[in-house]
Amino acid sequence: MRLLTHNLLQCHVKGCSTNNYPLRVEATNVVHKEADFNPEFITHMLQKIEWNALRTTASALGVAELPEILPLSMEGQEELLKQIHLVLMETHIMDGKLVCPGCSHEYLVTHGVGNMLLIEDEV
Amino acid sequence: MKLKHLESALQDVEAFASPKVKLEQYPTQPHVAAQMLYTMHNSFGDIEGKAVGDLGCGCAVLSIGAALLGSAYNVGFDIDTDALKIAAANAAEFECDIDFVHCDVVEALGLAANAQPPLHIQMAALSTNDSSSPAASSSNGLPLLVRPKSLDTVIMNPPFGTKNNAGIDMTFLHAGVLLARTAVWSLHKTSTRKHIAKKAAEWGTTMEVVAELRFDIPAMYKFHKEKSVDVAVDLIRLDCTRAPSR
Repeated sequence: MRLLTHNLLQCHVKGCSTNNYPLRVEATNVVHKEADFNPEFITHMLQKIEWNALRTTASALGVAELPEILPLSMEGQEELLKQIHLVLMETHIMDGKLVCPGCSHEYLVTHGVGNMLLIEDEV
Repeated sequence: MKLKHLESALQDVEAFASPKVKLEQYPTQPHVAAQMLYTMHNSFGDIEGKAVGDLGCGCAVLSIGAALLGSAYNVGFDIDTDALKIAAANAAEFECDIDFVHCDVVEALGLAANAQPPLHIQMAALSTNDSSSPAASSSNGLPLLVRPKSLDTVIMNPPFGTKNNAGIDMTFLHAGVLLARTAVWSLHKTSTRKHIAKKAAEWGTTMEVVAELRFDIPAMYKFHKEKSVDVAVDLIRLDCTRAPSR
């Protein structure tokens, strides 16, 4: 699970609708895998990324220290875009847990696949 | 990549080892998948450089095809862990970066309850959330697993709802509309075309029937009496650019 995917997911346990994002990553195995750098795509996705969630997650995992505030335009921001690319597209959570900050529900990540399935009484 | 190359590549994607009737696991035939993806890519520009989600991805033939055509990001959702194992192996085999999320698509998009408010009300509720706290739940209180409108294109070959799960195809489609900013691509029995057009309009999208296909569903299950059955299927595209968004 790349951090881009992590950025899209939130806790969906019944009744847990505040403070359910971002899921805290308690990873036992995080790997870096190189991927093609596509600056247009990264710029495009920035409109949909929750920046603070990405920044705090990247920092907590020790992957990168991203700036608190993004420049108004990404024009000429090659280095920053590369850094965001590394965080979003090249950082994979392979094994560990995603923990809801609100209800503490734990979702397991095994071999890179997040198990977000809830059991019946949680739905 | 040429169509025939795409089709021949997709022939090497492993299908379900032991398909499950209740989940309506029929593999998307390579020629259908290739045609579908090629049209999305060439005629609509919905693949290259896009964030693509695959709902009920199964063994991920559609996601792999999208990745081969140059999508920038792929994520597949499925309820069946056995299918996801094959999907992950397939993605690795093709050297495609595809993330897989194990979840119930219906429940994960807050569409589990039968008595749900119409989409525009859910969306209106979402739009009132401030940006620091992304849409936490639909207005009926059912939390969403995936933040709405977080993908460009959503593709799917949904269950058709013929195994005591009538309507599940529409729920999948609805989930797609919640997630896609640009377009949802799906396959549906031609017999349901009118109904889908009506629902699509209710969701603030426009439906286009892009192609009419014949699905050759081979006899895979015991209840199949004939060798294979031909089903008339529409390839549809829902234009989501004007659907209510956050």
